[in-house]
Amino acid sequence: MSIIPNMPKPWRKETKPHKFCPGCGHGLVLKALGEAIDELNIQDKIVFGCDIGCSLLSWDFFNVDTVQTHHGRTTPVMTGVKRARPDRICIAYMGDGGGYAIGSQHLVNAATRNEKITVILANNCNYGMTGGQMAPTTLPGMKTETSPYGRDIEETGYPTQGPEMVAAITQERAYVARGTVANVRQLKNYIKRALQTQMDNSGFSFVEALSGCPTNWSTNAKDTWAFIEETMPQYFKVGELKTPVPKEGISK
Amino acid sequence: MAVKPIQGEKRVFMTGNEVVAWAALAAEVDIMYGYPITPQNEVMHYWTRLAPKYDRKFLQTEDEISAGFTTCGGVLSGKRAFTATAGPGNTLMQEAMTMAEMMRIPLVQVVQQRGGPSTATVIYSQQEVTMTCYGGNGEGLRIVYSTGSHQELFDYTIKAFNIAWKYRFPAFVLGDGYQAKMRESLNIYDPAEKGIEIVKTYPFVGLEGTPGVDREPNHLRNTYNTEEELNLVVNELVAEYEKMAPEIVEYQNFNTDDADIVIIAHGIVTRAAQAAVKTLREQGIKAGHFRPVTLRPFPEEQIRAVVKKAKKLIVAESAQGQLRKLVTDAIYGESVPLENYYKPGQGITAEELVEYVKGL
Repeated sequence: MSIIPNMPKPWRKETKPHKFCPGCGHGLVLKALGEAIDELNIQDKIVFGCDIGCSLLSWDFFNVDTVQTHHGRTTPVMTGVKRARPDRICIAYMGDGGGYAIGSQHLVNAATRNEKITVILANNCNYGMTGGQMAPTTLPGMKTETSPYGRDIEETGYPTQGPEMVAAITQERAYVARGTVANVRQLKNYIKRALQTQMDNSGFSFVEALSGCPTNWSTNAKDTWAFIEETMPQYFKVGELKTPVPKEGISK
Repeated sequence: MAVKPIQGEKRVFMTGNEVVAWAALAAEVDIMYGYPITPQNEVMHYWTRLAPKYDRKFLQTEDEISAGFTTCGGVLSGKRAFTATAGPGNTLMQEAMTMAEMMRIPLVQVVQQRGGPSTATVIYSQQEVTMTCYGGNGEGLRIVYSTGSHQELFDYTIKAFNIAWKYRFPAFVLGDGYQAKMRESLNIYDPAEKGIEIVKTYPFVGLEGTPGVDREPNHLRNTYNTEEELNLVVNELVAEYEKMAPEIVEYQNFNTDDADIVIIAHGIVTRAAQAAVKTLREQGIKAGHFRPVTLRPFPEEQIRAVVKKAKKLIVAESAQGQLRKLVTDAIYGESVPLENYYKPGQGITAEELVEYVKGL
């Protein structure tokens, strides 16, 4: 007897298996997003923008209208769509480099303007697509291709606290959370509340997802999960930072 | 249906920036995205005052990178969208313009050229020709109208939207600080009065129906995996562009039929060139003037026809040879001598052109 996994409805079979590396967190983040889309029944309203970096590989992942943008520029493209077509539900999907480094001005200003879009950012502590360079989220002492002796906080500062920054600059009606691929059900609920925030025209919504990059971390399965579940949360606290949506009625 | 912004046709006395805002309204533009930079600002000032009265929108972004990309987003959603900028802002927008080239996003960008390089002046130049025609990592698959008067700013702004949406290439209206800031008389009109039909827009993403159920999803791609794959895509883009080019090139000839000396100039310098030709003719000198109106695509055959008959060419521009590069590329192989009259970042008068020609 075979067990057929229950995939979200927008799951596009023709483009599976997906193109992410084995053990990559993107597939889990996207699965959580797909389930959130299902539960809200909004597949026909989604416009999905993906950044450049590993996140670009999500361009044909779902049966939703999708556009690949430029590195760091997904937030403005989705802002442009949403401003022109407020009836669409716009999702900007990116990595930590795209959101916190090259596109940080767009994230900060979209958040400040309370743009009615949802930004989902996968944080894996490095630039994956380009071969594992230091990212704004690289942990102190962590070795990458551009911090081969470990990230020196005297030289390059502390890891960017993205959700904390966004929570600090957004209005009360925004939604901000940090989830993790180590808890997909919780991540799905965070993404669902983020999308609900957009659907209610309440405010900007932002979810960071702690994610794994075994290819560039050079870790086996056990060490990859240990890094996601034990090491990353020491710097990146999982939880909701801002919740405008009443929690009643949404299952935890 | 909402009241038309311009009823019929009327004579007005306006700055060029105000003209652009009225033209965009008349062209049924849905939304403008912009970021402040001189000498373009009043496009936004007038747009933000006028737009709400006609149910149009505006977003002031955090920088020109964002203005370019939000404009891409607006167009992808199926709306008629534009932005306006100058100088360093034009530099920042080039990134988004390459996306528009690659993904055939029919946006419009108005450029009011200022002095360069760098921050330089906020006044005037023709130093954004190369960038507007060929900026970014790409092949210059754009349409660039170089205007020379307020009437043309109005006419070509409307035309830019129509040509962009008809052919699906990004279109640029290349003005300058003089045209932006000065007042001039012109006629503004409801395009329908002139028999101009505004081309319909349509969405690229966010279409009706459930993707994968009622229809295929639209997956818009600008990333490719192999050399061969990309080469095919670019070849197709170039073929489409080249097919369009003869249908849209525009130029003007002034007394070039029997001219010994032909002044080549574009944009507002055409006015100095036209006046200089008139004066020179009165003094018995057989001068003429060729003016490319589209800098991309460039009127190559038309300039070659003129050049073949001339004894001497003069490229006059408020830049250090940016127009000349387009000219020499177009007339490669011709042997007629070519002189340069360059004044980077500075205006050119008819009087100085007359003096220069007589001194040759």
